[in-house]
Amino acid sequence: MAVERSRSLLEGTDPATSAGYADHPPRVGFFTDTSVCIGCKACEVACKEWNQVPEDGLVLTGMSYDNTAGLGADTWRHVAFIEQPARLGHQVTGAASSKDGSRIRWLMSSDVCKHCTHAACLDVCPTGSLFRTELGTVVVQEDICNGCGYCVPACPYGVIDQRQGDGRAWKCTLCYDRLSVGAEPACAKACPTESIQFGPLEELRERADRRLSQLHHNGTSEARLYGRDPDDGVGGDGAFFLLLDQPEVYGLPPDPVVTTRDLPAMWARVAVAAVALAGTVTAVFARGGPRR
Amino acid sequence: MVPQAELQSYYGKPIINKPTWKAADIAGYLFLGGLAGAGSAVAGGAQITGRPGLARVTKTASAAAAGLSLAALVHDLGRRGRFLNMLRTFKVTSPMSVGSWLLATYAPACAVAALSDLTGMATALGTGATATAAVLGPGVACYTAALITNTAVPAWHDGYRYMPFVFASSAASAAAGLGLVGAPLTDTGPVRRLAILAGGAEVVTASLMEKRMGPSGEAYRLGKADRHNRMGKALTLAGMVSAGVLAGRSRVASALAGAALLTASALTRFAIFEAGVASAEDPRYTVVPQRRRLAAQSDPSS
Repeated sequence: MAVERSRSLLEGTDPATSAGYADHPPRVGFFTDTSVCIGCKACEVACKEWNQVPEDGLVLTGMSYDNTAGLGADTWRHVAFIEQPARLGHQVTGAASSKDGSRIRWLMSSDVCKHCTHAACLDVCPTGSLFRTELGTVVVQEDICNGCGYCVPACPYGVIDQRQGDGRAWKCTLCYDRLSVGAEPACAKACPTESIQFGPLEELRERADRRLSQLHHNGTSEARLYGRDPDDGVGGDGAFFLLLDQPEVYGLPPDPVVTTRDLPAMWARVAVAAVALAGTVTAVFARGGPRR
Repeated sequence: MVPQAELQSYYGKPIINKPTWKAADIAGYLFLGGLAGAGSAVAGGAQITGRPGLARVTKTASAAAAGLSLAALVHDLGRRGRFLNMLRTFKVTSPMSVGSWLLATYAPACAVAALSDLTGMATALGTGATATAAVLGPGVACYTAALITNTAVPAWHDGYRYMPFVFASSAASAAAGLGLVGAPLTDTGPVRRLAILAGGAEVVTASLMEKRMGPSGEAYRLGKADRHNRMGKALTLAGMVSAGVLAGRSRVASALAGAALLTASALTRFAIFEAGVASAEDPRYTVVPQRRRLAAQSDPSS
């Protein structure tokens, strides 16, 4: 049995260092710039192909061009399609129009595991199957996972899930295998517009800041970064986004918090409750005294 | 009611993935683990104060409930053959890991205590096991509150300040019910008192939790969770009253009071489980509180 470092993962902003890697390469991640996503789904396909993620139903959802519906055990990249009666910046909208005849805009966004700085899935995993890599990413070890399912409701983004018929939990590995030989993740490689950018996180953050100010300068005032801030409820995301509307419009939580932030308070209350239970039982016997 | 106007969503899809746990296994375990844990504490009290009838029924039923708990937990795993991986690490950040180690110590102690009592063999070992189970029991009954509240499920997480007390009182109420059902009337004095204290605490703490947890409390007042919740509270009150008034005089009344408390405790756990799943399936429960938090941060005066 290994006693895992119980040093709270809420410490520090460098997850690989917090996880105990003394000497490690820089943290890597994704910057997904949804303003240039064209909804081609090459990322979804490349991810499924490379990672041999099984088919999980060929259905039409009626949700615009999105027939994947959301992230899960068998969908590690998911392209969202949102149709809105609005203009995007100064764009001239095309032929597509909404029912009342007004012009619409299309928002497209490729969602993925956020590889949180403070990852709830990793914190709650009882087997140590989920681990922090030297690159700061979060990966499931499929030979260890026993399918307890605790990571599933722990994730504040609804990313990880249990695979039907397999029983284990699966999610994006940020192509840990490809990174180990110096290649970039399959989704970023396949993206034709560089909407999905892979690289050292520090560099991606600078690039995202530049892109944001460029968009604001050009009049796209609704552009915002999501998951970029190291001070947010999950300590910042390893995979962050440039969005053109509120996060919940894309199915993302507006202010996610890693559940283990409150765990010390939970344990304290469990201790008080257990002592109260023991005390009450003692009291009901003490009052009666030994039986005659 | 949460105003609908505040909400935007992606085609009404949930934000978080709902628990994959099966209700019979996991809600069942929350009940059985509580019954076993509090039952072991009662067995310890019965042993010390010389109430062998009460000691026997609580030791035996706790061992059975602990065994069924383990079976339910293993049954719920996606890879049952790998259940021993639960003891591969010890992580205080994972209540499931802490609970696995707790159960790995508690369940054998429980079994030894029961076997020694039933067979009359190895009485010294049996006494030690009874004491061990009595000390660990309250922890077994309460840690599960941290287990479910340490998730992103709104109706669980948002109740974390109250859940351990709901679980402690629900477990004690179930253990009192067990004593009332199975022990001879001459032994049931302490569990009658426990029934009234714990039953009252169960109703009060659960009601406080639902009221004070914010918008997520609504999940406890809708659908299946609401039905189980109401039925549970009514049965708790009925069990308390009959435990206090009639159970000291009539074996039948005692058994009925105990059965009501046991059923009520199970219903409380199923209601909590169902409210959690319902709150995970509806993006409102995730988005609205987060939006309010952001609004409060940007406008501290409100």
